[in-house]
Amino acid sequence: MTALQEEAVHATPEILKRHKMTAEEYDRLRQILGRDPSWTELGITSALWSEHCSYKSSKIYLKEFPTEGPHVVQGPGENAGIVDVGHGWVAAFKMESHNHPSFIEPYQGSMTGVGGILRDIFTMGARPIACMDSLRFGEIDAPRMRFLIDGVVRGIGDYGNCVGIPTVGGETGFHRCYNKNILVNAFALGIARHDEIFRARASGVGNPVLYAGSRTGRDGIHGATMASDAFDAESERQRPTVQVGDPFTEKVLLEACLEAMRTGAIVAIQDMGAAGLTSSTFEMAGRGGTGLRLVLDRVPLREAGLTPYEMMLSESQERMVLVAKKGREEELEKVFRRWGLEVADIGQITDTGRAVLEWQGSVVADIPIQPLTEEAPVYRRPVAEPADLAKRWEAPEVPQPADLRGTLEKLLATPDFASKAWIWNQYDHTVRTNTVQGPGGDAAVLLLKATPAGLAMTSDVNPVYCYLDPWRGGAQAVAEAVRNLACTGAEPVGLTDCLNFGNPENPEVSWQFREAIRGMSEACRVLGVPVISGNVSFYNETEGESIYPTPTVGMVGVISTVTHAPAAFFQNQGDRVILLGRDRSEFGGAAYLRLLHGIEQGRPPVVDLDAEARLAKLLRGLVARHLLRAAHDLSDGGFLLSLAELCLGRGLGATVEVALEGADLFSETQSRALVACAPAAVDQVLRAAEEAGVPAAEIGEAGGDELVVRAGSDLLRAPVADLHAVWSTALPKALRL
Amino acid sequence: MKCGVVVFPGSNCDHDAYHVLKHVLAQDTTFLWHQDDSLQGCDLIVLPGGFSYGDYLRAGAMAALSPVMAAVQRHAEAGGLVLGICNGFQVLLEAGLLPGAMRRNASLRFQCKDVHLKVERTDLPFTNKLRAGQVLRMPIAHAEGNYEDAPEKLDALEAAGQVVFRYCTAEGEVTPEANPNGAARNIAGICNAQGNVLGLMPHPERCSEEILGNTDGLALFASAVGVLEAVR
Repeated sequence: MTALQEEAVHATPEILKRHKMTAEEYDRLRQILGRDPSWTELGITSALWSEHCSYKSSKIYLKEFPTEGPHVVQGPGENAGIVDVGHGWVAAFKMESHNHPSFIEPYQGSMTGVGGILRDIFTMGARPIACMDSLRFGEIDAPRMRFLIDGVVRGIGDYGNCVGIPTVGGETGFHRCYNKNILVNAFALGIARHDEIFRARASGVGNPVLYAGSRTGRDGIHGATMASDAFDAESERQRPTVQVGDPFTEKVLLEACLEAMRTGAIVAIQDMGAAGLTSSTFEMAGRGGTGLRLVLDRVPLREAGLTPYEMMLSESQERMVLVAKKGREEELEKVFRRWGLEVADIGQITDTGRAVLEWQGSVVADIPIQPLTEEAPVYRRPVAEPADLAKRWEAPEVPQPADLRGTLEKLLATPDFASKAWIWNQYDHTVRTNTVQGPGGDAAVLLLKATPAGLAMTSDVNPVYCYLDPWRGGAQAVAEAVRNLACTGAEPVGLTDCLNFGNPENPEVSWQFREAIRGMSEACRVLGVPVISGNVSFYNETEGESIYPTPTVGMVGVISTVTHAPAAFFQNQGDRVILLGRDRSEFGGAAYLRLLHGIEQGRPPVVDLDAEARLAKLLRGLVARHLLRAAHDLSDGGFLLSLAELCLGRGLGATVEVALEGADLFSETQSRALVACAPAAVDQVLRAAEEAGVPAAEIGEAGGDELVVRAGSDLLRAPVADLHAVWSTALPKALRL
Repeated sequence: MKCGVVVFPGSNCDHDAYHVLKHVLAQDTTFLWHQDDSLQGCDLIVLPGGFSYGDYLRAGAMAALSPVMAAVQRHAEAGGLVLGICNGFQVLLEAGLLPGAMRRNASLRFQCKDVHLKVERTDLPFTNKLRAGQVLRMPIAHAEGNYEDAPEKLDALEAAGQVVFRYCTAEGEVTPEANPNGAARNIAGICNAQGNVLGLMPHPERCSEEILGNTDGLALFASAVGVLEAVR
């Protein structure tokens, strides 16, 4: 212990500030240790207790999520959640943010975001089969924004494309609240056989701890603490905290890990993500209730001279830690070497419950593990409803559209509604030959090979709704995800989330967080969807201004007969078009008001969860009976945008007549969908809707090359090719490409 | 009759090619490891898509030097069938089994979308189930598919009938607009003088099953399998 005492930190307020630790947290650490910490110990603790790793401000609310369900195999607390999807298969999935690094350095930031989430999946023993990304950018003309968009898109593409995981969808939104804090949320899905699952739970005294993959360098030191801080003018200087991605190494690491797992010689495995070697080793030992001894001299280094502090906090990418069965190290080493990867034996599991780190013959850290991982600080931050909430909820004036076609074209030309093909054409979305429905629809549909079933995945959130009413916004995000899955016939089996919020020390932000979680939880309970994994990203704030609350929902569902899944676009001339759900005039936070009239006001649409459940059940039933040829839900932009999108996908027009009129064509009432079916199936669809208690109206038919809408006294008539030209060129134009 | 799919570090369409041969066409199929110098008696060799060695240095450059490529070279010289898809095509160029080279896409961006291909040869082991002038729809997914060679070499390639596929419109017209990557003369796929080695940028293995909405790619594999079965 002499080395530790010699090295002890007498923490000054500046030192604590640099480690983003409060004086109380420091005292707590001293109590746990019974002495002053060493530098290495201080660094380790600051990382483990960072908001990013410890969830200290969110934990009390996250407990409200329902996390159990008949399909859940592994709920929150592991690297990814796992659900049973039938036929002996399980699906592992998770979503994670990489907001701060992507704002500082968009290309590397988004690359490593994708890399991290893929490792979370294969560390569970699952082979990643698809990715999605939920991206929130600022206004395109905001400073650096074109650079950020280009960098993020290239980064996601270059990483996923090289590893060979298709990016099958996602969402891209634009709002000034992200001008100085963009959001990059990566969502990955993997599959495994039921008996192939691995967990990150260390056990077996004397078992060796192996390190595999890339060497450790000085990149990303303090990434986790950076991700737990607000931005200011100095943030640009934090570039060295951004990690650099190497997708080729990720690909061979993925193959090597899956092969190594099949040897049966692995006890536990975890990737080195945020807070690198620290969180991976401490979390594995913490979950298993063991201790561990690490000899840091054996950690493979990219350059000489790294200190223990740097080694423990480096966030160099494409690295894994595993606990091997004693005596079987060689089998594992052989696999990794075959794939051209380095392996090092860096220590072993002990029964002391302590992490003892040695370097150059001395002990540089000696910390009890569980007090650090399980008894991290937890805060109930003060909450306050926004003072202007009543004003936000005042019903907005709704101007009537002067000219329907012009209004529709204006909306289709906004970056929000424009085709995102410029983005997803840069992503490989067909590799692995599972993609039945790729980007551009409500949910992606993937084959579950060698079974009749399919998987569907979607990601959703409406940040403007969440800003106006976080409860409704949270509930709506879950409801829309369920609806999107239902449009493919998929029954939801689990939810992952990425909760992007501002500074939790701001009482209004904590209020937003609490309300959003409650809304999501209620929707999850009523709609029967367990939360199985997720991530919280606080401190999305720049110069005192927080982003809108953005609780992104990722959801996965199972389609029992994938060949029955309808398309997201009109496919057949003469198919009948049916509108499901009840229309109301609801404009709180509506895209029509926001994008065309600059109004962001009013309570967002009512989320009637029972109506939502009825609609979803009806849609799934119709798909199961193979009655639908196309289905698309109504969401942002309301009826008219949804109808236009059904036409734009394949260039097939439609002629319909509806009871809606004027602005109501853009109302955002929830729990609605448009479906198309063969003329002979209309009666069955209408009867099923009646039995389900879902209002339904046959409104016209698909076909021709024009979109014709008779809406009361209004008439819209537009060649689909003209609409397509507006819609498909708007984004590249706005980006000035 | 046996099919082999080569696995380089970074290959990522190896499973897809294997799946089509093994499960769609029910052929005896095996993976071949890049460090082996034996083809294990395989008759049809597929060099799959992906990013062998991360495409570091140049796409296909390092994979071309793998031990397995020496065996592939011998196999090709003996008249054996070799199909290179996307990165596999790039490897064939780097290994000198096919002429020419790849540059970055003219857009300088990775492109993943469906393209149309005009079939120019139907007498090859890989195309005998196609019709002359037939237009195929096939996905591409690459950043370096901008095929290039010296003008006189391109003339010679065309004169020898080694251009097998060209990017075209849905109606079969070979136009600049139909060219997704800037490839010289809209070239999407070529063969060697003997016709037993074929390389193409689009992915036939991604459009070989009804459920994926397109089976235009299956004929390439089925043609080769048919030829080999007839020989046996």
